[in-house]
Amino acid sequence: MGDPYETLGVTRSATDKEIKEAFKKLARKFHPDLHPDDKEAEGKFKDISAANDLLKDAEKRRRFDAGEIDASGAERPQERFYRDFADRPRYAPHAAQDGFANNEELQEFLARAFAGGGHRSQGTFRARGQDVSYVLPVGFLDVVNGAVRTITLPEGKTLRVTIPEGAEDRQMLRLKGQGMPGFGGGPAGDAYVELHVEPHPFFHRKDDNIHVEIPVTLKEAALGAGIEVPTVGGPVTVTVPKGSNTGKTLRLRDRGIRNRKSGQRGHQLITLKVVLPEAEEPELIAFLEAWQPKTKQDPRKEMVS
Amino acid sequence: MMRFDDLVATISALQRSDLDAWIREEMVVPRQEAGALLFTDMECARVRLICTLHYELEIDVDTLPVVLSLVDKLYDTRQRLLSLTAAVAAQDKSVQAAIIAAIRPDGGLSAAAKS
Repeated sequence: MGDPYETLGVTRSATDKEIKEAFKKLARKFHPDLHPDDKEAEGKFKDISAANDLLKDAEKRRRFDAGEIDASGAERPQERFYRDFADRPRYAPHAAQDGFANNEELQEFLARAFAGGGHRSQGTFRARGQDVSYVLPVGFLDVVNGAVRTITLPEGKTLRVTIPEGAEDRQMLRLKGQGMPGFGGGPAGDAYVELHVEPHPFFHRKDDNIHVEIPVTLKEAALGAGIEVPTVGGPVTVTVPKGSNTGKTLRLRDRGIRNRKSGQRGHQLITLKVVLPEAEEPELIAFLEAWQPKTKQDPRKEMVS
Repeated sequence: MMRFDDLVATISALQRSDLDAWIREEMVVPRQEAGALLFTDMECARVRLICTLHYELEIDVDTLPVVLSLVDKLYDTRQRLLSLTAAVAAQDKSVQAAIIAAIRPDGGLSAAAKS
């Protein structure tokens, strides 16, 4: 016999009244004498009776909770149910003559005759609960770094969802046993949570790498500079080399997303974008007007012939 | 076979006065032999069923006879069904198939259409 709490489908903190109600409900469903067609009812009823015998007795329950006794102590001896007698073939002379039909064969014949007719509505007595699925919108950084979120379901139940580091958009998480409760002592179903990752204003993900466009001033680009840039793990200082043009890519090693399989981190790839000053800079204008480049430059020579 | 006292001793929840009442109501019918009440194995099982219904499922004493009468009807009907099934099972395979076809809601229709 398994865990008596599980057998009755109650929590370990269930009150005596809850235990009693749970037992009553299951007993109605599984008492073999009330369900002569159900072959599993006898074993099932024995289990729930034994669980009830153990848990309804405060002292036995205390000792079980303390680990002093196990559930097997409560097992019931073999019991003969009323149906074992009441269901014996008494008026079956043909069966006796032919040596053909014992009770079981007759029942099988009956089952065949009524199969699909909806007459045997209680074929499965122990069933796993239904699976349920939810959609969980999560922030970009939550999936990059991993996070724990609590979702509250419409019926008031809360689910703790651990978002694994490096999870992907539309990834499905399975929460075992968090679906609908099982029927007749069967296990609960699973909850499936689909992650919908919200886009980030400047980080973009490509596989395990993070791409980001970083604006730099004309002066930083031309002369080189140490600048602070954001990464998914917080800001870091990066050296912009002298003479960096728009489109130049800098790589920050291991500042990307940890690969779930290899454990290796991706990189952050920075694309520089040179921006002109926002405010008026008369000196710069004056300099440019007077400036005679040493080399004549035609950046569009490939495009316009 | 069990005597009244043995039965009361075997089933710990069973109250002597309750068993007396059930016998008076004829929910259980023990045999009388030389002034002693004797319960067959079947009657013992029936007493256990009544005990579960009454003590554990809390079906009250006024409702018990109703439940038991339905249980009896259920088993009686099953007996008739089983004997009918046994009779069918003793027929030729073709007869069996025809009967099964007639019982099934879908099969019944097609069988009717053929004739």
